[in-house]
Amino acid sequence: MGNLRGKLLPPALAIVFSMLLCGVALVISGANPLRAFGAMVTQVGKGTTLVDIINSSGIYYIAALAVAIGFQMNLFNIGVEGQYRVAAVVAAVVGGSIALPPGVHTLVIIIVGALAGAAWAAIPAILKVTRGVNEVISTIMMNGLAIGFSAYLIRRDVFGELRGNNIRTPEIPESGWMPGISFGGSGTMFGFLFVAVALGIGYWIMMNRTRFGFELRASGESSTAASAGGVNAKKMVLVSMLLSGAIAGLIGLPEMLGRDHTFSLNFSAGVGFSGIAIALLGRNHPGGIAFGALLWAFLDKSGLALDNVGVPREIVTIMQGSIVLSVVVAYEVVRRVELAAEQRRVGRELGTVGGAA
Amino acid sequence: MSSSTSVRTDDPPAVVLTGITKRFPGVVANSDVHLTVRRGEVHALCGENGAGKSTLMKILYGMQAADEGTIEVNGEQVRFRTPSDAIKAGIGMVHQHFMLADNLTVQENVVLGAEALHGIGQKARKRIIELSGSTGLNVDPGVLVEQLGVADRQRVEILKVLYRGAKVIILDEPTAVLVPQEVNELFDTVRGMQQQGYTFLFISHKLDEVRAIADSVTVIRRGTTVGSADPKTVSSRQLAEMMVGSELPSPETRESTVTDKVVLDVKGLKLMTPDGSRPILDDVDLVVRSGEVVGIAGVEGNGQTELVETIMGMRKAGSGTITLQDKDLTKLGTLARREAGIGYVPEDRHRHGLLLTQPLWYNRILGYQTRKPTANGIWLDPDGAKRDTERIVSEFDVRTPGIDVPAAALSGGNQQKLVVGRELSGNPVLLIASHPTRGVDVGAQALIWDEIKRARAAGLAVLLVSADLDELIGLSDTIKVMLRGRLVADADPNTVTPEDLGSAMTGAGSTSAAVQETAVVEEGEN
Repeated sequence: MGNLRGKLLPPALAIVFSMLLCGVALVISGANPLRAFGAMVTQVGKGTTLVDIINSSGIYYIAALAVAIGFQMNLFNIGVEGQYRVAAVVAAVVGGSIALPPGVHTLVIIIVGALAGAAWAAIPAILKVTRGVNEVISTIMMNGLAIGFSAYLIRRDVFGELRGNNIRTPEIPESGWMPGISFGGSGTMFGFLFVAVALGIGYWIMMNRTRFGFELRASGESSTAASAGGVNAKKMVLVSMLLSGAIAGLIGLPEMLGRDHTFSLNFSAGVGFSGIAIALLGRNHPGGIAFGALLWAFLDKSGLALDNVGVPREIVTIMQGSIVLSVVVAYEVVRRVELAAEQRRVGRELGTVGGAA
Repeated sequence: MSSSTSVRTDDPPAVVLTGITKRFPGVVANSDVHLTVRRGEVHALCGENGAGKSTLMKILYGMQAADEGTIEVNGEQVRFRTPSDAIKAGIGMVHQHFMLADNLTVQENVVLGAEALHGIGQKARKRIIELSGSTGLNVDPGVLVEQLGVADRQRVEILKVLYRGAKVIILDEPTAVLVPQEVNELFDTVRGMQQQGYTFLFISHKLDEVRAIADSVTVIRRGTTVGSADPKTVSSRQLAEMMVGSELPSPETRESTVTDKVVLDVKGLKLMTPDGSRPILDDVDLVVRSGEVVGIAGVEGNGQTELVETIMGMRKAGSGTITLQDKDLTKLGTLARREAGIGYVPEDRHRHGLLLTQPLWYNRILGYQTRKPTANGIWLDPDGAKRDTERIVSEFDVRTPGIDVPAAALSGGNQQKLVVGRELSGNPVLLIASHPTRGVDVGAQALIWDEIKRARAAGLAVLLVSADLDELIGLSDTIKVMLRGRLVADADPNTVTPEDLGSAMTGAGSTSAAVQETAVVEEGEN
């Protein structure tokens, strides 16, 4: 099936290409690339690495879905990073200060997180719709604000408390936690991963089976054709930005509900930016994003093994970067080749002469 | 008539194309084309839309490389990789769509990209003034292009190629943007330049013009040259038959089906430029009745596009009301207007009509994402969309191997048939068709005309905007002339001639009884 080939070939090419690139970089720096890659692969079976990879890929998956919704209509929500940070701190504060029965408590935290993320995303969305402010610029600036805002919220004189050397929000009572699946010494898988899977399925249904998904894709493909077809561009910007922000608001929750039960200074950062890369890698497709998230998490976690064989761990960052760059190029090349092949095929089947120009 | 005395037969021909073949994905645009242009003549290249004329000229001008065949200029075989190679060999092209920067002066436009020839200062200016004479351009080189009319812009385009040293000038559909009076002026210019030794390749599908200006004619059909003719002896009918290869389609509608049931009622519609400095639509009143085709004639850029887009809700009117069958649409969005029963064939199907990389059935949903058979509440109905796309493909003769191919893979005519088929789905009460047969092949043109006529007979109201005056006169029950954002005159399609319409379109006024002015046209054009 040519269609499937068109989808799988580019990422495969990109990964091979970036492995070669990293191999060259390793050789130049005097290391043995085969040994380095081998160490990364064998690391997967050691300790908690496999479960860590799966947990981490769940988080990346949610982040990439948030980015992908915007990407579908060429809306670049660079602010996922800030949205999930603000959402996480707000959800932690609310979750830590209320008492509710188990289940309901968790649900409330999830809803608060989504609403907070959407609210933070609403600011650039409204600016774009009413004043035409470019969302790339406004969301990047909102990221800066988010760091300051979340730091302010966990100050001891606001909502935070000092525990050891760390400032954090009050701990969420056990009724608000989300239980995971324990594998004993191999670690515990976050229960929130099921939410991530459900989000992926919901995303697929929305994109392929609903009017909203159609309008989103049409806007991304051709904003002019969409507007002639009755798609309200402003409404689409607003709704997709809010939806993107709401999903971004869930990114911090797997760790918070499954492990940390609080928002602290050493809350993981940068996931929103990884989400952008993974959405690109997965071509905004829920399956592709899952693959991208797994790959990203594998590189992150297995990269730790590189120190053991005397190879700088930063080689992983080079690899991640080169994968994204080459996948973007590869998709474009394959897309053009496939379109030309399709046109030739149509021409052949119809046997037409003339009718061009 | 043209001066055949200036045609020199003893010299090697200016241009010889031999066995040119060019394949595009999906189609063979040119196959085994032969063309000989003698020095100093006006050689017309005739063919229907989509016959492959433009492709051939792009090959001659170095914009595209031929897959097979040779090009000879002045007896020497040449190989053009880029237009600058062609320019060096003395070939210049005036494109159908002008390539001028409005915010630069005439001189800046002419010099742009050719600074090496005479610099950008006084020397360049002197040369431009020298050459202006032969193109009939009587404006100072310091004037901004945005202040020029269409005919003068075209002269600037000709000036550009002369400045670059062209001796052979390709005019690609030069009259498409001109009204008949301007066409005559252009022809005077061409004849004058012919006396000075320039050679012209004149691309057109308008046979009267070809017979008026050309010294020889080559006819191209379905991508290949089918013969040449002497324009002095051949009749338009014979030429047309060579071009089409069979009987000509005609846009003529037979008996009137106009009823007194008002479908579209536009009152006092106003639209300002984004900066609010001047009106684009100025107090437009328009009524379209059931079974009636109302044609809008006008030189491009006089507000027709904006009128259509305002009625569709894609632009927000400053004031005025739009009513469809007693339903006030003024405050509704595009989707609600479509749901109220408007079908819309946009003037640019690539920009406004299709999602090019999506399959045909997915395109069927566009504009119908809230209605059966393509949707069910908030849910899409891909099966329904596919079934209905199959119906359109068979009823409208869309030539495609299947409904899963991307829209971009189809030829222009088949894309347009798909769009027209889609917009006639779901029983619209009003069809707004902008240039519905622009850039489509003759078969698709005939089919689209037939479908519009059939829908009209079934009671559809049609608002037709077209630059093709024959199409407009043939299809319309009423013609309104648009000038500078206003409907300035009504014309009776049974009696009006393209020349009368042309006068009214430029605001020159008309003495013809077939054109009745409905508004006073202000004096003092640019």
